[in-house]
Amino acid sequence: MNVELRVASANRWWARVAATVRRIIGAPDYAAYVAHVHAQHPGCEPMSEREFVRERLSARYERPGSRCC
Amino acid sequence: MPRWTSALLWAVISLIGAGAFAYLGLTRGETISAAWLLTAAVCTYVVGYRFYSKIIAAKVFALDATRATPAERLADGRDYVPTNKWIVFGHHFAAIAGPGPLVGPTLAAQFGYLPGALWIIIGVVIGGAVQDCVILCASVRRNGKSLGQMAKEEIGPVAGFTALVAVMGIMIILISVLALVVVNALKSSPWGTVTIGLTVPIAMLMGVYLKYLRPGRVLEVSAIGIVLLILSLYAGRWAAEHPVLGPMFTLDGVTLAFSVMIYGFAASVIPVWLLLAPRDYLSAFVKIGVVVALAVGILWVLPPVQMPAVTQFIDGSGPVFAGKVFPFVFITIACGAISGFHALISSGTTPKLLENEADARFIGYGAMLTESLVAIMALIAACVLTPGVYFAINAPAGVLGTTAESAAQVIATWGFTLAPSDLTLLAEQVQESSLLSRTGGAPSLAVGMAKIFADALGGTNAMALWYHFALMFEALFILTTVDAGTRVGRFMLQDLGKHVWEPFGRVSWYPAVVLSSAIFVSCWGFFLYQGVTDPLGGINSLWPLFGIANQLLATVALCVGTTVIIKMGKARYAWMTLLPMAWLVVVTMTAGWQKLFSPDPKIGFLAHATWVSEKLAAGTLPPGVKDAVGAGRLIFNDRLDAAVAAFFMLSVLVILIDSVREWRAVLGGRKAMVSSEHPYTARANA
Repeated sequence: MNVELRVASANRWWARVAATVRRIIGAPDYAAYVAHVHAQHPGCEPMSEREFVRERLSARYERPGSRCC
Repeated sequence: MPRWTSALLWAVISLIGAGAFAYLGLTRGETISAAWLLTAAVCTYVVGYRFYSKIIAAKVFALDATRATPAERLADGRDYVPTNKWIVFGHHFAAIAGPGPLVGPTLAAQFGYLPGALWIIIGVVIGGAVQDCVILCASVRRNGKSLGQMAKEEIGPVAGFTALVAVMGIMIILISVLALVVVNALKSSPWGTVTIGLTVPIAMLMGVYLKYLRPGRVLEVSAIGIVLLILSLYAGRWAAEHPVLGPMFTLDGVTLAFSVMIYGFAASVIPVWLLLAPRDYLSAFVKIGVVVALAVGILWVLPPVQMPAVTQFIDGSGPVFAGKVFPFVFITIACGAISGFHALISSGTTPKLLENEADARFIGYGAMLTESLVAIMALIAACVLTPGVYFAINAPAGVLGTTAESAAQVIATWGFTLAPSDLTLLAEQVQESSLLSRTGGAPSLAVGMAKIFADALGGTNAMALWYHFALMFEALFILTTVDAGTRVGRFMLQDLGKHVWEPFGRVSWYPAVVLSSAIFVSCWGFFLYQGVTDPLGGINSLWPLFGIANQLLATVALCVGTTVIIKMGKARYAWMTLLPMAWLVVVTMTAGWQKLFSPDPKIGFLAHATWVSEKLAAGTLPPGVKDAVGAGRLIFNDRLDAAVAAFFMLSVLVILIDSVREWRAVLGGRKAMVSSEHPYTARANA
C-alpha cells in the first residue's frame, strides 16, 4: 500500500470515529442530513449548515426527553 | 456453542452470583472487599439480561428484526435517523446517566452497604430495566411517541393531563435538590467555586468558536474545552491560595444559591448555542470519563468496604436523613434501581434512532443495567470511607455541632470511632477548610473517589487535585441538568400557560420567554433557598421529596406499559410491569404518608411544623434558628413540603385509578382490545 492510500484510509477511519463520537454526545450531524436529503428527496434544497444546527439545537432543548437526573 | 455447554456456563455464572450474595449476606463484623459487591451485581445483571429481558423481547413485544422501525419509515435526517446500536446505546446511556445514581446510593449508605446494594441490584433487574425497555419498545412501535402522549392515548385524558402536571412538579423538585447538592459542595470552597465558575466562560468560548470561527467542529472544540477545564482546576487552586481572591470566592450558601438561580435563568433565556449546547458536549465527555475512571479505579484497587453491612440507623434514627430502611431506602435510591425520568428518554430521542427494533432490548434493558453498576460503584466509593468519616461529612451541623471534637463525641455515641485529628488531616489533604457536615453526597463521594484514585496511582500528595477533579466533574454535570432542565421547564410552563393567556405561550416573544423563565426559576429557587437556610441542611427534606416524585413518574410509566401490554392481548405477561408497579405504589404511598403524618418531627413535615410552633409558643427557638421570623418560615416550608408530597400522592392515585378503570374495561370486553401500534411494515434491507 502506498503512502497516499494509507493516509486516505486513516482519514476515513478518523472520520468514522469522529462521526460516532458526535452522535453519542448528540451533536447535529449535518453531513448525514445532507446525504439523506439528496438520497430521499432529490431536487430539494437542504437547509444550510447554520440553519440546520440552529433548528437541531432548539429542538433538543424544548422537550423533557433529552435530560435526566 | 452446544446446548449443554451453554447451560453449564449459565449455571456457573448463577452459582458465582449466588455465592457472592451468600457471602455478603452472611459476613458480619469484618470488612469485605468491594469485589464481592461487584461480583454479585455483575452476575445478577448478566443472568437478568439473558433470561428476564428475553421475556420482554421474545414474548411480550415479540421484537422482530424484519420490522421497519420509525427511524427507517420516517427517516428525515434530523430526529429520525437509523443508527448503529452501539451508538444508540452510548447516546441513551449518556442521556440517562446523571448525578442521581451517584448521590442516592451515597446518602443511603447510612443504612450500611447491604440494603442499598440489594435494592440497586434486584430493583434494576425486575424494575428499572423493565420499565426502560418496555417504554422504549412501546414508543418504537408508536413512531416514537412521548410518555405523556402515550399516557393520554392509552389510558385517557385525565391520566395524560395529570402526568403532564406531575412531570413539571418533578422537574421543579429535581432541579432544586440537585442545585442544593452543588451549593453544598461549593460552600466555603474557593477552589471548587472558581473551577466551576470558570466552566461558564469556557462553555461560552466554545459556543462562539463553534458558531463563528469553525462551525461544526464539535470534537475539536470539545478537546479545547477539556484542556481548558483541566487548566481551570489549577486556576482554582491558585485562586484559593491567593490572599485576595481566596477570601473573595469563599462564599456562603445563600450567595451560591442566588448565583445558581441567575445561572439557570440565563441558560433559559440566552441562545442555546452560546451556553447550553457546548456545556452539554463537555458534560457528555466528562460523564463517560468519570464513569470509566471510577470503574477502572475500583477494579484496580478493589478497596475494602469499611461500612458495616447494616447499621443501627435502619430503625429510622439516621442522621443523614430520617426514616426507616423501609420505605426510605427505596425512595432515596431511585436512579440506579428504577428511575421514572428514564421513561422520558426512552420515549424521547432514543426510539427515533433504532435501526432495528430488536436492539431495544440491548439499549433499553442493557443501558439501565450499566447505570445500576454506576450506582453500585458510587455505593462502594461512599463505603471506602470509615463510618466515622462518612457520618462526619454527611450528617448536618444541627446533629454534629460545629467542631471536629463535637462531631467525634456524637459519632462515638453511635458506636463509630472518629479521631478529630483524622478528619482535620483529611480536610488538609484535600485542601478544604473543613469536611464537617458537607451534606448532599457530592463531597463524600469526591473524597471516596479521591481515595480510590490516590490508592490506584500511589501517594496522597495528589489527593487534593483528585478531590477537586471529582467535585468539578460532579458539579459540571449536575449544573448541566439544572440549566437544560430550566429551559425545558420554561417550555413546559409556556405550553401550559398558553391555555390561560395566549401570548404567554409564544416561544419567540421575548417578554414571554423572560417571564416564564423567571417564574420557573423562582419555583425551584424557592425550594433551593429553603434547603440552604434549613438548619438540618435541606437534603433531609428535599431528597425524599425528589425520590417520591421520581418513583411516581416510574409508576406512571409502568401504568402506561401495563396498559400497552394488556391492549396487545398479552395480559398474561402484564405481571412483568405490574410487579414493580405494585412495589412502587406501596413504597411511595408509605413514604408519602410518613412524610405527611408521622408523629416524629424528624420524619413528618406536619409534625415538624407543630414542633416548631410549640417551641415558638413556649418562647424558645429550635436549634439553628435565629429568630421568630426564621421559625415562621420553617413552619411555612414544612406545610408547603407536605402539600407537595400530598400532590404527588394524589397524582399517583389519579393515574392508578384511571389505569385500572381502563384495564377492567378492556379485559371485561367493554372496550375493544386494540393495540395502537403502527402496523407491521417490512424493513427495506433487513
